[in-house]
Amino acid sequence: MTQAPTANNRMAKAHSSAETLTEVSTETHLKWLRDMQLIREFENRTMQAYQQAKIGGFCHIYSGQEACAVGTIAATKQDDPVVTAYRDHGHALARGMSARACMAEMFGKITGCAKGKGGSMHMFDRPNWLFGGHGIVGAQTPLGAGLAFASKYENEVLKKGVHPDHKPKQKITLCYLGDGAIDQGAFHEALNLASLFDLPVIFIIENNGYSMGTAIHRHTANHENLVARGESYGIDSIKIDGLDIRHLYSEFKPFADRCRENSRPGFVDLKTYRYQGHSMSDPQKYRTKDEVEEYKNKDSIARLLNQLMEEGSMTEDSWKTMQNEIRDEVLDAVEFAESSPAPEVEAELFTDVYALPQKNLSPTAEYHHGARNPLL
Amino acid sequence: MPEMTLVGAINHTLDLALRNDPDVILLGEDIGLNGGVFRVTDGLQAKHGRDRVVDTPLDESGIMGSAIGLAIAGMKSVPEIQFDGFLGPAYDQLVNHAGRMRTRTRGAVTVPMTVRVPVGGGIHAPELHSDSPEAIYAHHPGIKVVMPSTPRDAKGLLLAAINDPDPVVYFEPKRVYRSFKEEVPEDLYEIEIGKAKVVNEGDDLTVVTWGAPVFQCLAAMDELPDDVSIELIDLRSIYPWDIDTVCESVRKTGRCVIVHEAPLTAGFGAEVSSRVQEECFLHLHAPVQRVTGFDTIMPFYKLELEYLPEAPRIKKGIEECLAY
Repeated sequence: MTQAPTANNRMAKAHSSAETLTEVSTETHLKWLRDMQLIREFENRTMQAYQQAKIGGFCHIYSGQEACAVGTIAATKQDDPVVTAYRDHGHALARGMSARACMAEMFGKITGCAKGKGGSMHMFDRPNWLFGGHGIVGAQTPLGAGLAFASKYENEVLKKGVHPDHKPKQKITLCYLGDGAIDQGAFHEALNLASLFDLPVIFIIENNGYSMGTAIHRHTANHENLVARGESYGIDSIKIDGLDIRHLYSEFKPFADRCRENSRPGFVDLKTYRYQGHSMSDPQKYRTKDEVEEYKNKDSIARLLNQLMEEGSMTEDSWKTMQNEIRDEVLDAVEFAESSPAPEVEAELFTDVYALPQKNLSPTAEYHHGARNPLL
Repeated sequence: MPEMTLVGAINHTLDLALRNDPDVILLGEDIGLNGGVFRVTDGLQAKHGRDRVVDTPLDESGIMGSAIGLAIAGMKSVPEIQFDGFLGPAYDQLVNHAGRMRTRTRGAVTVPMTVRVPVGGGIHAPELHSDSPEAIYAHHPGIKVVMPSTPRDAKGLLLAAINDPDPVVYFEPKRVYRSFKEEVPEDLYEIEIGKAKVVNEGDDLTVVTWGAPVFQCLAAMDELPDDVSIELIDLRSIYPWDIDTVCESVRKTGRCVIVHEAPLTAGFGAEVSSRVQEECFLHLHAPVQRVTGFDTIMPFYKLELEYLPEAPRIKKGIEECLAY
């Protein structure tokens, strides 16, 4: 995977500093602001590139929900597994993927995080323990349980890592899903399994109020009490305001620590809002412009920025500088993606299906060129 | 006669079906208020009400299962599964219930359900949104599988599917959704499930295909010399399929090329090839040739057209078969 070293270092540094919830440093707050603004700017340029048909596939924009990924990932260690759905650019960036690798992936270029083979919905970053990016609603939920199962097994049974570079330790897996995903059968199976087997996984429901184009009161029963779903499986469950990152972190960090220490699952109803449509091709007939404006007035980035300005740790000038730096970083990513080569047909079309090329199957260069069918 | 795209023809047909038969009910993800991801059901909820054009949660297993429940109670349910790859979570319900109900009950309980599914590649969508799983469902007895390629066929096959007493998976090739318009009769008419269409008559070689590749085959044929005469067959129904029309053609031409988007190995082309070999062995001048997708996951869009059987590759397949 292609990584810009700067982004990796930046994340690693933040995770190494031991912080308790009462002592979140100004430096960390500034980092959260930067991380959220990076996602916002990244998504703005993503939309632009999509509209210019430079990005193919489908594209789900994270704008509005930035505090969710940044605030919860801030409470993890660098080798805690993370898995999410298809609205995944924010998680990838918050987890430490470089803007370059993320943008190039969407452009379908060889320098993308998965050689341009996965695209917008399938952001994977194995070194940073990000296990996707998944395209079927709710289907990643059992994977989250499995990732937690593996870390528990390493820690309690093997007493060593299954991989030479793993270290057995008390880990916590973050498994993100939207409010639409809690209607899927796989979600319920995963919660039951996680509770039954004492798996240290937190199911984070990024509740933006819409299951694609269907409002929550029209898509899920007992929608005002989502925590009841977690509780019904005997899972410790809380509801958190996902638009205020300081509050979010102060609630989530001790909750996550408890799940880690007790090796138990958790369930979080994280209330948030997305500014853009479900995907880039959504006419948004299901909500009013006023509603979107109402939430933009509660914007998580503006809120943290105002708090920091009031406290004197941010000025108009330093904010401008930060925005400029971020804009340059994202523009660099777009340029990098544009100027990177597309995957070569011979090298990439037939690879990465099995570990080794398989005999007598159709992916052969000869067959591709329409020369005699090798099976004849 | 009004001109319609494939999307327009399906919308018009669903409208007709809802208007003429109170037992018809549509259900799916965002099909009502939002009109469906591809706008196939646009305006139908406003016209026919929320009780008949039903927005569901994102739960494919629940959609398919409850559509089967509606059908075994006597309704003509028409669930939409938003993309080919999303059939995965619904597979258990479709295959283990819908396809087996009639046999299990010796005919006492049947499933008159039509599952609408956008299918195939060519629109720059990634895997799970560009797959061609028709062979998987054709393999399961008890389920019928169709894939129209034109607006006119789409209407006739959809009405036939809705009125069919057994479950039909109705695949809609996304690449054709808005690619062209043609005149579609406004009255009610059905096209028999299991009947292929000879798109072009010819004497030298038979091309068998279905769905969006029909148009790639036509493009390939345009590139061939004028004295080469190709018979192009659009299968339209994958299961049951029109063995008679295909084999009659191959007995005439002596050569057969099969084209589909799905991967080669165990694709439906394998079945067609095998039957052609069984039924036409003494008439064949060349081995049956297949031009298909590869045994890989559908690649992301930069390599999409390398994967799909586009006209140049089809042309080579035809030339090789002719030159054998």
